[in-house]
Amino acid sequence: MQKIKVGIIGTGNIGTDLLVKVQRSEFLECGIFCGRNPDSEGIRKAESMGVRTSCESIGAILRDQNSCEIVFDATSASVHRQNAPILKKLKKYAIDLTPSKIGKMCVPAINMKECLDVSNVNLITCGGQAAIPIISAIMKVHPDTEYIELVSSISSKSAGPGTRLNIDEFTQTTRDAIESFTGVKKAKAIIVLNPAEPPVLMHNTIYAKIKKPSLIKLKKEIGKMAKLIQKYVPGYKITLGPVLENDRVTTMIEVIGRGDYLPKYSGNLDIITCAAVNIAEEYAKRKLLLK
Amino acid sequence: MSQIIFFDSTLRDGSHALGHQLSAANIKEYCRQIDTVGLHTVIVGHGNGLGASSLQVGLSAIPDKEMLKTARKELKMTRLGAFLIPGFGTINDDINPAIEIGVDLFCVATHCTEADVTRQHIEYLRKKNKETYGVLMMYHMAPKERLVEEALKMQSYGAQGVILMDSAGASTPKMVSETVSYLVQNIGLKLGFHAHNNMGLAVANSLIAIQSGALIVDGTLRGFGAGAGNCQLEVLIGLLSKMGISTGLDLYKMMDVSDNIVSKIMKKPQEISSISLISGIAGVFSGFANHVKRAAKRFKVDPRDIFMELGKRKMVAGQEDFIIDVAMYLAGKKGSEKESYDIESLL
Repeated sequence: MQKIKVGIIGTGNIGTDLLVKVQRSEFLECGIFCGRNPDSEGIRKAESMGVRTSCESIGAILRDQNSCEIVFDATSASVHRQNAPILKKLKKYAIDLTPSKIGKMCVPAINMKECLDVSNVNLITCGGQAAIPIISAIMKVHPDTEYIELVSSISSKSAGPGTRLNIDEFTQTTRDAIESFTGVKKAKAIIVLNPAEPPVLMHNTIYAKIKKPSLIKLKKEIGKMAKLIQKYVPGYKITLGPVLENDRVTTMIEVIGRGDYLPKYSGNLDIITCAAVNIAEEYAKRKLLLK
Repeated sequence: MSQIIFFDSTLRDGSHALGHQLSAANIKEYCRQIDTVGLHTVIVGHGNGLGASSLQVGLSAIPDKEMLKTARKELKMTRLGAFLIPGFGTINDDINPAIEIGVDLFCVATHCTEADVTRQHIEYLRKKNKETYGVLMMYHMAPKERLVEEALKMQSYGAQGVILMDSAGASTPKMVSETVSYLVQNIGLKLGFHAHNNMGLAVANSLIAIQSGALIVDGTLRGFGAGAGNCQLEVLIGLLSKMGISTGLDLYKMMDVSDNIVSKIMKKPQEISSISLISGIAGVFSGFANHVKRAAKRFKVDPRDIFMELGKRKMVAGQEDFIIDVAMYLAGKKGSEKESYDIESLL
């Protein structure tokens, strides 16, 4: 079967995890894997998989424009600001995994379809991907929810230099996306890097301030949403709640990674790379139908 | 040793002890009186810093901006400082408004092994010409060689000094002298020490830090702070003066502010409770204490067991949500132990 070629810019944790997932896909294949660091572990991994690599970053795609139709950007928010107009000019479908907020924000469980018609989609952040669908479910039951707070904790080991350098955008973008996606009046996002050894699983706590919460209805909607997410993120799990404690409704989510590049504790990679590959596959299916 | 400078965190660390319920009146009165003492900086705000008012770590009684504005009006001779932990506060939402209000000095803090997350904030603040210090929290969790690496990162971002925070009050005197002198030898920056009193050593450890080359002491009046509290600044100043080390601070005035103002802000005298002691032994952030007590009650487990388990799991500040997890785990474990006991007794 014919496959659609993708390019991956950024050879760090996220880029390399994407690569493994793309190479497993029925609809996608990696045409070029490019970054800036010739000694990166990601580049070596790609070479061992027989994938074409380059250290010229987006320059490699400029040079060989047929190398891909879809481009994943797994660099950093500031680099994507430079890459976005170039990719647009090259008419590539850009899937941005940095917290740049340039493209249309996408959470597959919620707005996949409308995201296939634009030229640049943004995956928000791993915390956003994990929590926004659940918060949407909460808002569906209780549109009067006064306040939402998300605490995402990820293991230190799974947060590469790009994530660390973007911690400010990460916090701000997650918050902004919660508000704009779910319509909640006020939201807050807190990100914690946990250095514990052995590394902890990606863990998200959602607090909701609701006047008279209906836990039965909430549980049902949250459960339904979790099932939708599990279709593209198999390791996604509600571990606690919704429970009422201290006048707040608390729900906890854990994401166990597939262990494609980094070990299983790195669910924060999977939640965003699974979403990205899911979007790319839908886009590819459409293209393949047209061909 | 008159070059030692003093950071006063009474209205920041003390916030923890009040469940973050500091009022504008508290801040106004304190700042008005403390201004003439000769302290380098008075740090004001939520215990976890700018942008930290939250369900996770506790909501402040009044917004950050109001706290800072109130303090700004009163502080004429002393710098106004703010504290920020990346991941809680952001440049847009928190740092920019604080600069606008007129904050002079910023402490950008993170867990002791994660200095690279302070890069954006320290670089930004230095570009804005703000006096900026890096803070390595829970320093007892990393070996000294690692602390040097992390401090050097902060130096490369432009930090003008690095403060080690003994967040859990887990330091023995030997740890302080070895770590501080090693860092002083290996980094080209002013080094600071922020002690907690879980093992009754906050003043002693601050003195040892000074004797080991620290040039910044971060403490609070009356020891007002999270858990067992902090290095009681007026006690340290008295001690230094007795040792013939001049600090240039007005000790009588500090005592007056401590007796007349801080004692009234405090809900109860600062003491070393068993919970604080156990958090010092376990090496767990003392700000967890209230959350642990609540969880212990709710799940009917011994709060000391929660602390020891949190220590085992190496939980860091900001992970208050795991306390429930641990309490439930312990409650479950207790249940299963009872079950196996029942089975055993049947055999």
